Amino acid sequence: MSRIAYIALNTYRETVRDKVLYNLVLFALIMIGSSYILSQISIYQEVKIIKDLGLASIAVFGSVIAVFIGIGLVSKEMDKRTVYSLLPKPVSRTHFILGKYFGLCLTLAVNVTIMTAGFYALLFVHSRIFEPSLLKAIYLIYFELAILTALALLFSTFTSAILSGVLTGFLYVVGHFSTDLKHFDTVVDSSFLPQLTQVIYYLVPNLRNFDVKSRVVSGDAVPFSLLGYSTAYGVLYIAILLVLAAVIFNRRNLK
Amino acid sequence: MPHVEIDGLTKDYAAGSFALKTKRVLDHLTLTIDEGEIFGLIGPNGAGKTTTLKLLMGLIFPTEGSAKILDKPVGDLSVKAEIGFLPEQPYFYDYLTGRELLDYFGQLFGMSREARRQRIEELLRRVDLVEAGDVQLRKYSKGMTQRLGVAQAILNRPRIAFLDEPMSGLDPMGRRDMTTLIRDLHRDGCTVLFCSHILPDVEALCSRVAILNQGKKVKEGKLADILDLSLTIEVVLANVSGPLEQSLAGIAKNLQRLGERMKVELEDQGALQGVLGLVQQNGASLVSVHSVKQTLEDYFVREVARPGAEQS
Repeated sequence: MSRIAYIALNTYRETVRDKVLYNLVLFALIMIGSSYILSQISIYQEVKIIKDLGLASIAVFGSVIAVFIGIGLVSKEMDKRTVYSLLPKPVSRTHFILGKYFGLCLTLAVNVTIMTAGFYALLFVHSRIFEPSLLKAIYLIYFELAILTALALLFSTFTSAILSGVLTGFLYVVGHFSTDLKHFDTVVDSSFLPQLTQVIYYLVPNLRNFDVKSRVVSGDAVPFSLLGYSTAYGVLYIAILLVLAAVIFNRRNLK
Repeated sequence: MPHVEIDGLTKDYAAGSFALKTKRVLDHLTLTIDEGEIFGLIGPNGAGKTTTLKLLMGLIFPTEGSAKILDKPVGDLSVKAEIGFLPEQPYFYDYLTGRELLDYFGQLFGMSREARRQRIEELLRRVDLVEAGDVQLRKYSKGMTQRLGVAQAILNRPRIAFLDEPMSGLDPMGRRDMTTLIRDLHRDGCTVLFCSHILPDVEALCSRVAILNQGKKVKEGKLADILDLSLTIEVVLANVSGPLEQSLAGIAKNLQRLGERMKVELEDQGALQGVLGLVQQNGASLVSVHSVKQTLEDYFVREVARPGAEQS
């Protein structure tokens, strides 16, 4: 196995031994479970409520895990000085960044799988249905989490954990409204502002590309071409973020 | 063949409000460490010892100058495979056990599963952590962490070991074991560069030392040469009159009254000849003459305290 894989596996081990992660996953499962109670007070909308709340819980708690663990991936290593004994080993700083990233992605994959299993189990117990189309939404939620992780990792290479969290959270919000930024010229009477928002639109991740929750819940078709496009966009965006993170970390003095 | 070549290594850090000023923490350090040496880097806090090691490990980057390890630039992955590093006050992943940490680092060195298993057990026995091997590191004491730190630094049987304060946090038994371990490393052909505040340990182990102060090299050389240079002659006299005392003050490095007697510290044989002449002329009595070989600690304190101590 490559050194990146070893660092990734150790990062995975680090996160799964963190009690905070279990609390978050447990809370997410409780939220998914509570959708069953809410569905009881929604006449004729029971299944929709379970699906809506279940997918939203996976997205929200996945994002919380991605951001809260992602921002500490590099900064914690430097604060605790564990990086002093790791980097003199035959690993490059780029190996370190990539290993940390893929390790957290592995953790997220396991957690999303657990939450998905809980979600499908609830749906099956409630209404004896199994809808594979929901997996399309969960697949894209996972890609959104992977982008958030890369953003958190990038920020943590040059700033504190708190500021990384704030910046990642800010981009998460902006990323979900980026389509509005593109059409800003229709709501303001200015020549400068729309140009600025156009630039921001192309810089921030367009997280709307990864949000098909309402479409799958309402039974609208989500073509595989959309999944393919969003995957390609996500992979490219993540690659750029990781290159930036590696470039910054390769120049950083680890005092 | 030199194992470590440091050429004019300099490090400045941003300092002051808005980082507008710079503070020089290492100033044009030039050193060569040969194969098989145990080299000691000593100096007070803030002298630049840890900065030097961090530069050699590629953890920080030099403002000026360069360094080579095994004739390759610092940071080269093939070099990293041949070196070991113990950081000052090491801190490891506290969610891992001692065995897991060594296994993880062994993986990074590309060691096979069987090679890792054998080497880890051998090292845990060597640093007396066999029973604590399956305990999470968050439960380790400072001394245990230090011993594990040494184990991870020599996991790959390094050709060069860089040890930053290896005796720190160890009890007297631990220090003795560490001294033996460093000697064993040397016997096995490993070059050792270590920083320490505990000068008797440096004196006991090192073939050569460099003294750093305020980022500058104050002295470098073989321990025997440095300490021979600092030989002091101690003369004890009786019946020393006032005029004789005044004359002695002009020759002696230090005068000290011991009741009826006087202890006179001299720098060299020439000064001794002068004192003996004065004793004869003034009717004083010679009680004893002997040479005192200064310890590294004496030398270090004197050199570091000397105003404007500069590179020599």
